[in-house]
Amino acid sequence: MSERASVVRLRDAMSESGDDVQVASRSRSEKVEPHAAKMRTVGLRAFYGDVEVLKGIDLPIVDRQVTAVIGPSGCGKSTFVRSLNRLHEVVPGARISGQVLLDEQDVYARGVDPVRVRRRVGMLFQKPNPFPTLSIRDNVLAGVLLNGLAVADPDAVVEKALRQAALWDEVKDVLGRSGTSLSGGQQQRLCMARALALEPEVLLMDEPCSALDPIATARVEELIHELRQSYAIVVVTHNMQQAARVANLTAFFYMGELVEYDRTDVVFTRPKERRTEDYITGRFG
Amino acid sequence: MRERFGLRRFVDRVVRGACLLATVLALLPLVSVLAFVVVRGIGGLSVAFFTGLPKPVGEPGGGMAHAIVGSLEIVGLACLFGIPAGVLAGIHLAEFGGTRFGRFVRFSADVLSGVPSIVVGLFVYALVVARAQRFSAYAGALALAILMLPTITRSTEELLRLVPESLREAALGLGVPPWRATLRVMLRTALPGIATGVMLAVARAMGESAPLLFTALNNRGWARTPNEPTASLPVNIYTYATSPYTDWHQQAWAAALVLVTLVLCLSIVARVLVRRGAG
Repeated sequence: MSERASVVRLRDAMSESGDDVQVASRSRSEKVEPHAAKMRTVGLRAFYGDVEVLKGIDLPIVDRQVTAVIGPSGCGKSTFVRSLNRLHEVVPGARISGQVLLDEQDVYARGVDPVRVRRRVGMLFQKPNPFPTLSIRDNVLAGVLLNGLAVADPDAVVEKALRQAALWDEVKDVLGRSGTSLSGGQQQRLCMARALALEPEVLLMDEPCSALDPIATARVEELIHELRQSYAIVVVTHNMQQAARVANLTAFFYMGELVEYDRTDVVFTRPKERRTEDYITGRFG
Repeated sequence: MRERFGLRRFVDRVVRGACLLATVLALLPLVSVLAFVVVRGIGGLSVAFFTGLPKPVGEPGGGMAHAIVGSLEIVGLACLFGIPAGVLAGIHLAEFGGTRFGRFVRFSADVLSGVPSIVVGLFVYALVVARAQRFSAYAGALALAILMLPTITRSTEELLRLVPESLREAALGLGVPPWRATLRVMLRTALPGIATGVMLAVARAMGESAPLLFTALNNRGWARTPNEPTASLPVNIYTYATSPYTDWHQQAWAAALVLVTLVLCLSIVARVLVRRGAG
């Protein structure tokens, strides 16, 4: 009984958080279907040494939707997103089996350059990590500069990316200052601009707000809302309210397995799995 | 309560006083050495000292232009040999140093940094000078490079390790190839610290006389190429200071002053360069 009651409470909390969630959730149901899967994992397993942290994940990442990945600590959420852009293998002893398809092409196939994959699949990390030796402007251009490439109009790229990241008005007069001179929330949006400047197709965010205060969090969430019009977005989060606020689709991970994947409103209000319900009602995790 | 507070204040003053005293004691030799060198050396400085060559014994005047240039030449060559090898070895240790080989390299570097400089000189003498049958600036530079290696390697490694791994991931996440991430992000971020470590090594090498004694030897005049005996400031200081002639003693002090000033200038230049690069 009480479980049902808390699910209802959570649903009420979700609807209290604003009408636009209601609107969003209505349009959601129409939107989910028409967009194809931008990425897809097939039997994805990930290991650190002998420890299997992902135990065969089949999950689509739908284009122009926000997919939230939730679950208790150590359930493999971060490993999952890191294996999408082949950042998992950077850790010594880490390896992968199974497939990760980007536009139906396996990014782990022989002959695929991980560097090219990472340019198409951008990433935002838990802690803002702008390059301390670069100015704000050069941080935005980092993907170009560090690769020794040239762009026709760098200033236009910088302005566009910073506008997309909703940071332009705050920094347009101090573009020469160090990227680390900004506040934490601004730094995170700078990192977002840095990723967007490469014009990726997919954006991965690994707990993008966990190091931010509530106001900065709200701004980043707003940003995610806007960005989903043009990107496939994956957000790993510990915060279930956040998942409910920003994501159309939610995947619940537990102990390296994908327990449930559905529309966010379904996962949060009518979960099919007992474990999902226990987690979102705060029974464990 | 009041009494204990008074006691605490007393102890606080005593400890503060002790710290201050210790600091002054530590600074005293440094300041007095510098002051001594300046006071004794300044009288020997003249235009001729920087432009001229030594005069025969008994004739007053003469300079050490060949030794100043020789020192810079030997140290310059040593940097050419030592800095690339040291920095690359440091990168190797920081990036892939977890292996048995890495531990071996680290241990060797630590041992090498404890080897007396004269032993290094002897080693180069046996390896290069004895075989080539000639003293040369190359041999001197090799000895100094070997002395610089451990400091450069270990400081490069330590400073690279201080750079947060999240910066590397940020770069990799932007589709930067790993080697570029190491060079353009990790090394670049650690650069000011590495430059300081290199400067320390260079400054130490600049002042070494022992390893040069039987590698570069000395020269009373100009060395036409680096492949012949070359004069250097430290060796000249040694030769002049142990000579029986008073005017040579004066020259030795002047040479010491020039050497100290050169080291100071080098570190200032390095700092300025690094700061400008970081801007």
